[in-house]
Amino acid sequence: MATDAQRAAIWRDARVVDVRHHGDIAVILRLEVPDRVVHRPGQHYVLRLRAEDGYTASRSYSTVSAPSDDLVELYVEKVPDGEVSGFLSEVVEPGDQLECRGPIGRWFAWDGRTPALGIGGGSGVAPLVSMLRHAREVGRPELLSLAVSAWTDEHLPYREELEAAGALIARSRQKGGSRLDAAVIGAIADPGATAFVCGSARFTLAMESYLQAAGQPDASIRVERFGPTGGTEDDG
Amino acid sequence: MAITRGFTGRRRQAERDPRLPPGQYDVGSSWPVLTAEPTARIDAERWTLTIDGLVASPTTWTLKDLKALGTDVYRGDIHCVTTWSKLDTSFTGISLDTLLDVAQPLPEARFVVEESTTRYRTNLPLDDVTGGKAWIVWEHEGKPLSREHGGPVRMIVPHLYFWKSAKWISKVTLLDHDEPGFWELNGYHHRGDPWTEQRFDGD
Repeated sequence: MATDAQRAAIWRDARVVDVRHHGDIAVILRLEVPDRVVHRPGQHYVLRLRAEDGYTASRSYSTVSAPSDDLVELYVEKVPDGEVSGFLSEVVEPGDQLECRGPIGRWFAWDGRTPALGIGGGSGVAPLVSMLRHAREVGRPELLSLAVSAWTDEHLPYREELEAAGALIARSRQKGGSRLDAAVIGAIADPGATAFVCGSARFTLAMESYLQAAGQPDASIRVERFGPTGGTEDDG
Repeated sequence: MAITRGFTGRRRQAERDPRLPPGQYDVGSSWPVLTAEPTARIDAERWTLTIDGLVASPTTWTLKDLKALGTDVYRGDIHCVTTWSKLDTSFTGISLDTLLDVAQPLPEARFVVEESTTRYRTNLPLDDVTGGKAWIVWEHEGKPLSREHGGPVRMIVPHLYFWKSAKWISKVTLLDHDEPGFWELNGYHHRGDPWTEQRFDGD
């Protein structure tokens, strides 16, 4: 009998059910995954594109959907000149098949039962939205606190959903905007919660040092980073 | 597996850089940062590296001790399981072989566990870190290794996916059995050979 982890590692052909665009920033894909292994909020999927000559390109994307969702929702940020994100946002349409495997990663994953503090920058909010949806569904919204940051309202994925949930929202490059700075993070740090920090290398480095300065124990900080050093996805 | 409708791929197979393992892309001059735990803050003056476990002479070195042993340079490619590769890059440090010569592995030693100051751990067969395959390094491209890339000192095992190259290395323990580390317990492959795409558990 295969374990869930072994089953999750199997490549499957998922069917694209829905394609939505977040301005020209990202594309949101909803996939029907056959014989799906239910994920924990925070886990990711790998998508693999395959050309006729066997050439493949794959990338990882955080799951946005709640575990109970029949479909797997992925938020795919368009990377400038990105081979995979460009294809997913420009070519893929409902009915297409996409190879995928997942869910993957047992570290940046919330159990849905213990207090959690989610801090996300830019597209780093994607796994936090999965946590939010899950918390709502299991009737434990009080377990999860969220603080998110993006350049402007337009750049913030799932803005309305995050606003409705009462997430602390910083708009770092908006007129009258604000940042997730040491004071803001210091005020929400919670040594009794697991902190899930997701975003660019620069963003996560800043957030984890604010958390540490506020007394959040290292062992309670889990980080998911993407992009190169000094990335500009969000700077707090 | 099904062909992806409309996908031709930016780089045709024929033009693909032969240094890129399957499923990897070239990040060029950038170097992504991937770490699951908070970035460590370590005083290079107080940092030490210990080799212990199944060795005749468990040994601890300071950075000054290591630099006094000589300097080795690795120049080549590194590959991250998240599908980026960085080609033709260089690290300066000391070959792990030199340190193992001092510590003297016992005959029954067959595996190693690398451990960081953050308690990050990753496991490897001893054969994967001997014979010019692993280094303890403190410089990248001639500059001190930055904190987010594992500075002041990290280990590199560049022929395997880079999660096998522990940042902020503090200890290498030799064992007679395999002991899964952090990512290996969290769904990733035990060895991590990029050329056979040993990415996840079961690959």
